[in-house]
Amino acid sequence: MNIPIEEVKKELEARLPDVKLRLIRDSILIENPEDLPRVALFLKESPKFLLDYLSSVTGADYLTFLESVYHFYSMATKQGPVALRVRVTKNNPRVPSLVPIYRSAELQEREAYDTFGIIFEGHPDPRRLFMWEEFQGYPLRKDYEQEDTEVLEATDIAWLEARGIEIPGEMKEKAKALQATNQRAIAQKPEKPRN
Amino acid sequence: METTEVLKNTDATQILEINFGPQHPSTHGVFRMTVQLDGEKICGLKPVFGYLHRNHEQIAENLPYAAIMPYTDRLDYVNALANNFGYALTIEKLAGFEVPERAEYIRVIMAELARIVNHITVIGFMLNDLGAFFTPLLYAFRERERILDLFEEITGSRLMNNYFRFGGVKRDLTNENLAAIQKIVSKFPAFLKEFEALLTKNEILCMRCQNIGILSGETATNAGITGPVLRASGVNYDIRKVDGYSIYNRFDFKIPLGEKGDVYDRFYVRVLEIRESLKILEQALTKIPQGEIINKKSLPLLKMPRNFKPPVGEAYGRVESPKGELGFYVVSDGTPQPWRYHVRAPSLINLTVLEEMCLGQKIADAIIILGSIDIVLGETDR
Repeated sequence: MNIPIEEVKKELEARLPDVKLRLIRDSILIENPEDLPRVALFLKESPKFLLDYLSSVTGADYLTFLESVYHFYSMATKQGPVALRVRVTKNNPRVPSLVPIYRSAELQEREAYDTFGIIFEGHPDPRRLFMWEEFQGYPLRKDYEQEDTEVLEATDIAWLEARGIEIPGEMKEKAKALQATNQRAIAQKPEKPRN
Repeated sequence: METTEVLKNTDATQILEINFGPQHPSTHGVFRMTVQLDGEKICGLKPVFGYLHRNHEQIAENLPYAAIMPYTDRLDYVNALANNFGYALTIEKLAGFEVPERAEYIRVIMAELARIVNHITVIGFMLNDLGAFFTPLLYAFRERERILDLFEEITGSRLMNNYFRFGGVKRDLTNENLAAIQKIVSKFPAFLKEFEALLTKNEILCMRCQNIGILSGETATNAGITGPVLRASGVNYDIRKVDGYSIYNRFDFKIPLGEKGDVYDRFYVRVLEIRESLKILEQALTKIPQGEIINKKSLPLLKMPRNFKPPVGEAYGRVESPKGELGFYVVSDGTPQPWRYHVRAPSLINLTVLEEMCLGQKIADAIIILGSIDIVLGETDR
């Protein structure tokens, strides 16, 4: 059973008049990310919607901003989905965490942090999920640069040689050339995406 | 003097931290958890993910839509057909494709066969974890093999099926295939009867599984647990009934529910779900009509998959995979590649409550609790 998104918006505007909302396709954009927990709590407790189940939390990169998307359903009344989204800048990607309200966000917010670098404030365990702690960068952002695994850098060679592994001279020269120009070994992206 | 002091203070035990995995036979793959033990009791558990991480989402965002289908097979590799189903459904929602009647029936038949394969495998492995070393598992695998042979005949592959297409399926079922499925369906209850006679009321199984790893319905709902684990906790939520996607609303089947939410309930809910799947298969086999197996509109797409550009927009599609709710979130920007592709993996999210279920239990029970959640690492780590 579907909930008409206009109805949700109307109800939210009536009950939470200071929250600014905007319709985007079949979802509601909350203009100020700080309002997200209030809206989520209202939707969860309101007897009309009873959205007690947060199905999916994920991020998306739209070049100028990052987005966090939430899909809610109701297990009690078997309706849904209601999609909410918040937008944050890349310089300060802070979104309040929904874990205190929905525990299902726990691992999914960690995943969104891991892949997009969205910081969920108030998360009880804000660590990376799939990558190791020392990993740099956020792999699902569109400007992420993939390391070239075939080319060794000077630091890699020093690490390997300290452990008694012999490196071919050709590789060393490449690493030196890279270091001289202060470049990192980045895999070449195709000019145009394959299609 | 010192020894007597230590002996007096018998309550103070040292907390021992041990590490399960990533290469531990009971973790069903490369899953790792660090467990803190007080004697034999668990007082802390932290799962560690990422050993099978390959950034499935980024791979998909650099591929044409049709080329992602075989990658979805590798998510939950025990039942690839359910993943195909979810992805095909999402893209059909995005592009607005209709699916012909016969194709819908074929999809349901294949998805339910996959569900049987999955549940029978899970039960087998769970018993393996219990210490019933390989005997019940091989009984289960004997039956699984019959279905996998059929998959090979129909789709060309035992596990990585890659069978669904946007707007239909790849190949039609012949009358011989249908007869073979009918034969499996009619023989399966006899096997289940034998399996249950050995297991369901088995005293050792009952003692090991009952009242272990209890999960309450409220916690399960709040933590987003789905699938048989949720239903074993007594919450009536099956996406086949709720959404009625594809043609599931035409079939008459029940949703088995547990009472307590312990390991035994999770085991038995799965046995009952196999029976319900057989019911759906019976009905689908009698009702399957003749006709097209793929939408005419999407036929050119099969020849030139790279020309397929869905309209700008987004879709969230979900199916009841045997593990739980498998969701796909796809954003299209009008190019041949998706701008954003996300998989909502039930195996990952069902692990949210693993620590809570294990606290206060014995170390040997943690293994069957993990086995009863039913995870596949291809999906957990993506």
